Amino acid sequence: MNKSEHTASVRVGVILAVCALLPYFALSPGWTGVAINMLIFSLLALAWNITGGFGGMMSFGHAVLFGSGAYTAAMLQLHLGLNAWLAGFLALVAAAAVGTFIGALAFRYGLRGSYFALVTLAFAEVFRVLASSFAVTGGGQGLSLTLSSDLANLQFASRLENYTFVLVLVLAALAVTVAVRNSRFGAYLIAIRENEEAAKALGINTFRIKVAAMTLSGAIAGMAGVAYLQTFLFVDSQIGFGPVMSIEALLGPIIGGAGTVLGPVLGVLVLHTVGELARESIGGSPGLNLVFYGVVLLLILRFLPDGLMGLFRPRRRAADPQEKKP
Amino acid sequence: MLGLIVPAVLNGLMTGAIYALVALGLTLIYGVLHIINFAHGSLLMLALYAVYFLHVGLGLDPYAALLPMVAAFFVLGYLLQRGIISTFSHGKDSNILLVTLALSIIFDNLALNLWTSNTRTIDLPYAFEMVEIGPAFIPLPRLIAFLASLVFAALLWFIMARTRTGKAIRAIAVEKRGAELMGINVRHAYAMCFGIGTACLAAAACLLMPTFYVTPQVGYAFVLVAFTTVVLGGMGSFVGALVGGLLLGVVEALCGLFLGESLGQIGIFAVFILTLLFRPAGLFSPRGAR
Repeated sequence: MNKSEHTASVRVGVILAVCALLPYFALSPGWTGVAINMLIFSLLALAWNITGGFGGMMSFGHAVLFGSGAYTAAMLQLHLGLNAWLAGFLALVAAAAVGTFIGALAFRYGLRGSYFALVTLAFAEVFRVLASSFAVTGGGQGLSLTLSSDLANLQFASRLENYTFVLVLVLAALAVTVAVRNSRFGAYLIAIRENEEAAKALGINTFRIKVAAMTLSGAIAGMAGVAYLQTFLFVDSQIGFGPVMSIEALLGPIIGGAGTVLGPVLGVLVLHTVGELARESIGGSPGLNLVFYGVVLLLILRFLPDGLMGLFRPRRRAADPQEKKP
Repeated sequence: MLGLIVPAVLNGLMTGAIYALVALGLTLIYGVLHIINFAHGSLLMLALYAVYFLHVGLGLDPYAALLPMVAAFFVLGYLLQRGIISTFSHGKDSNILLVTLALSIIFDNLALNLWTSNTRTIDLPYAFEMVEIGPAFIPLPRLIAFLASLVFAALLWFIMARTRTGKAIRAIAVEKRGAELMGINVRHAYAMCFGIGTACLAAAACLLMPTFYVTPQVGYAFVLVAFTTVVLGGMGSFVGALVGGLLLGVVEALCGLFLGESLGQIGIFAVFILTLLFRPAGLFSPRGAR
């Protein structure tokens, strides 16, 4: 981590920490609900960031991991009567397994760039159609958990309790991200992103590293799925595997700054805050918030190619090695 | 059983021709210029709405709308590439992917906002006229769509193979810098290419609308089908896209017949994933090329 990067992280870290504490002091229940949503999407964004940000493997179908987590947790609870905590943990494992499977399949055949984006999207679609077609997955209706607000069932009596739970998950995901960043594994991933051929030539087993990244990403995305399920007690094929979730997964990192630790969370926070404010002022017209997300994405790509994190770096251009690239 | 399969295959071929036409536009953009146009499906959706409103508002027959639609969407595509995609992406491939994704998000949801998620169809007096082909009855508009798609494919091939613009686009695909040094205006040729690709969508929309419907999400379903067709046929190959599209139509029809209507699309995704994994350079090319 170079110095300007470090300064940016500290600045953003302080802002995010203050925001994270707001629901305990200053927010209405409505906004705490929004904050819970943001945290769930932050988890998903952090999951995408491992593969897409550090590894440069852009996935357009991260919903497949999110949905696998949510559906596994729901099915284990509803059909096998498993305890929610155990089901949640197994769901995480299942989502990691799906990530491993897709990664192994795609990278075994050397799919990269746009091909990888498309194959992940196709997997998400396959899962979506399958989930809406079978009785086990609730068909078109989706799956609803029975309400029993008890921590033993991983259900929450108050929004604040719910918020705290998801916040802990996000902090854990951030810890994992920091660990990845500082580890050899993370260095390999970044090397693969910058130049895969060179990484291979240096003796890195790129296949294994990339698959491992998908596994880890799957586990975190699965966590997001479980958090969603336990918050709303409901999942259906459109929420679980639909394109909106896949888009959410990549918007946060790209807007905030892909391949940084805090960027994805910052991206989600800014996007949803502004989106929510826009909705309150214009009214809840369907689709308008997504139009707005699209416009923000365009503007970021046009004017801030390094994402919002770039705004927080000290303004000494010459010292920034990132600027040397053409 | 054969009495069921043959009509399914014929119907599949009719759908496949439309897939091929949509994919031809994409293969031009994606295959020849290596630009990932994720907004392709959304542009088709916009074209379908345009045909719908031309019919409902002005009483224009979809087939009569063909020429003005093609012209309008050519201009739209040209401006989109020149004005937004090339400037907003800073010329980086991964950014082009994201810019077109952003465009598709904007188009889809703007459509949802303006025109609601209701499924819309148009009523035409000739929509249910049947043509008997062997054991099957094919609706007349679908037969027209099939034949017209073939004509458009031939036209596109002619543009690419015989005109100066086509030559310029092909030259850029092979060697961009070299083409530039030979005096080819790369930005113009890129935008032309994008315009032609988008014009194909307008044609597809006019041919589709008599027997199809439009919703804001309709493009999404076509994106994957079109990409599948392009990958299946081999990047940038017109014949490949044509055969790939027809093949996919048949696959979908047969899957729908055997697995039920809702699972019909699974066949397409399965073909897509399998092709990407085992034959990423397309069905008709030697192995290994990537």
